[in-house]
Amino acid sequence: MIFSSKLIEDAVDQIAGLPGIGKKTALRLVFHLLKQDEKSTVALTDTLLKLRRDIVYCNQCHHISDTPTCNICSSNKRDRTLLCVVEDSQDVLAIENTAQYQGLYHVLGGVISPMEGVSPIDLHITSLLERVAKSEIKEVIFALSPTMEGDTTTFYLTKKLREHQIKISTIARGVPIGSELEYTDEITLGRSIIGRTTYE
Amino acid sequence: MFLEKINLLNFKNYEMLDLDFSSSVNCIVGDNGSGKTNLLDAIYYLSMSKGAFGGGNTQHVLHKEDFFMVKGVFQAKDLDYEVTCGYKKGQAKVFKVNQKQYDKISDHIGRFPVVLIAPNDTDTITEGSELRRKFFDSIISQLDKNYLINLIQYTHHLKQRNSLLKQFAERNFVDRSLIDTYNHKLIALGKAICDKRQEFITEFAPIFREHYQELTENKEITALVYQSQFLEEHYADDFRQALPDDLRLQRTTRGIHKDDYDFLIDDHLLRKFGSQGQQKSYIIALKLAHFDIIKNYTFMKPILLLDDIFDKLDDKRMDKLMRKVAAHTFGQIFITDARPERTQTVFEHIDVEKRIFTIAKGEVVDVMEDLN
Ligand SMILES: Nc1ncnc2c1ncn2[C@@H]1O[C@H](COP(=O)(O)OP(=O)(O)OP(=O)(O)O)[C@@H](O)[C@H]1O
Ligand SMILES: [Mg+2]
Ligand SMILES: [Zn+2]
Repeated sequence: MIFSSKLIEDAVDQIAGLPGIGKKTALRLVFHLLKQDEKSTVALTDTLLKLRRDIVYCNQCHHISDTPTCNICSSNKRDRTLLCVVEDSQDVLAIENTAQYQGLYHVLGGVISPMEGVSPIDLHITSLLERVAKSEIKEVIFALSPTMEGDTTTFYLTKKLREHQIKISTIARGVPIGSELEYTDEITLGRSIIGRTTYE
Repeated sequence: MFLEKINLLNFKNYEMLDLDFSSSVNCIVGDNGSGKTNLLDAIYYLSMSKGAFGGGNTQHVLHKEDFFMVKGVFQAKDLDYEVTCGYKKGQAKVFKVNQKQYDKISDHIGRFPVVLIAPNDTDTITEGSELRRKFFDSIISQLDKNYLINLIQYTHHLKQRNSLLKQFAERNFVDRSLIDTYNHKLIALGKAICDKRQEFITEFAPIFREHYQELTENKEITALVYQSQFLEEHYADDFRQALPDDLRLQRTTRGIHKDDYDFLIDDHLLRKFGSQGQQKSYIIALKLAHFDIIKNYTFMKPILLLDDIFDKLDDKRMDKLMRKVAAHTFGQIFITDARPERTQTVFEHIDVEKRIFTIAKGEVVDVMEDLN
């Protein structure tokens, strides 16, 4: 793509660096911003800058937060005996959106993968073990992605947690609701059979 | 099951090709470099969704072009299946059966099976253990999807463990419980793979032995022995206790990635002591056993692709093989030869329907039908 202006080119390059945005879309966004009042661009950049500067990670669960302790951890409506371990903040949002869970979270910040240089020390594992040791948690629920790395991480942490007298569980994996059995891939279907639930 | 027709566009040295095949014997003759092996490769591609001789998809595109297409119509139980594969440089390949795309291309493998016997096959005997594992893994994976999944997972965890060992060496620190995690996975997956390999060889070896005896008619005692550290009683402890070695060498020294299959003749390793003739007979017997195994499991006779087989076999062995052809042991056969007169002579006395295709520089210049 050829730009007549270096300023436009730089802006396009910056925006196209975001995930899911190509050069064409970036160019459209740039022209959109130029057509708007200057105020709206200032508002956008200010908001982004403020987000970047002011965002903190919760000192309990490492979820993104506006305050040192996030509003989930500081809420008195949550069940403090339940702890759900997830990979990142997006997973917290996803589970919150289900409105099915009232416990607390712990954001690991990734999964163990030596190939990609991610060791246990790069993740929030020490703080997880401390939380479990020091608080009233009775059950830890692992909600990591069903990949080999997710499974490895769950297995590793399960062993570390075993010395505490708590229940350890993982989220169920199975056939998506509304889909047909015959189109479900065999690994998922196999797991659903093995992890079947009693019909009540 | 057989291939009725094939249609190629820009595949290797074929710009355009349209052929109808015999459901019995198809001979492909032509000078060296004319494209005989490439035609077999196209058939292999339709069956296995990849080339037989390695090289990525781009290598299968005609020079100076940017896409290829291979289309074939298989007939199985009186039904036609049109298999289409298209690949354009820089894009993912498209694989369809009767216009319907697969979710996973691996689901295609095994539906229209082929067995290929090619000149470089003796590498399986003479080269390192990796080729022998590959040979059997590819057969077992086609018969057992679970085996394939276990194998993929084992290989993945093995890479992770090896990376971990390197990290430990660099940082001079060992996280025992993380190593234990990988040990646990590798031991469990490795054992499942080992049990399956053992079970498979137990079934495969007698079939192989019979073919070898038949081809050679002599008293040599052949054996096919599966070797694995995981067959030993204390395999799990041995695996764990190898950690000091693993740390020193920065790789996993024990496990089923070290497995081998011993090809023996009279208790001696064929690789080291076998004559060339013995090696050729051995590889052909392996392939014929492969043929039988697929037939037993799928109730289909795989398509047999014989590349330059006349060059490899002496008259006696050739005669044995051709007797099988005459006895209609096989289904559809494709056989290449650079010397048309030799093909003529071989088939003169064999009562089968056959079609002879003469190829020159990526084009078919003559088709001769012989219905006998
Ligand atoms: N991608 C490609 N584009 C064009 N030509 C190719 C391509 N790949 C291979 N070839 C050509 O195809 C020819 C080889 O064809 P092939 O191996 O099928 O010959 P063959 O008839 O089996 O010969 P032989 O009798 O020596 O085994 C060579 O000339 C090679 O350069
Ligand atoms: Mg050839
Ligand atoms: Zn929190």
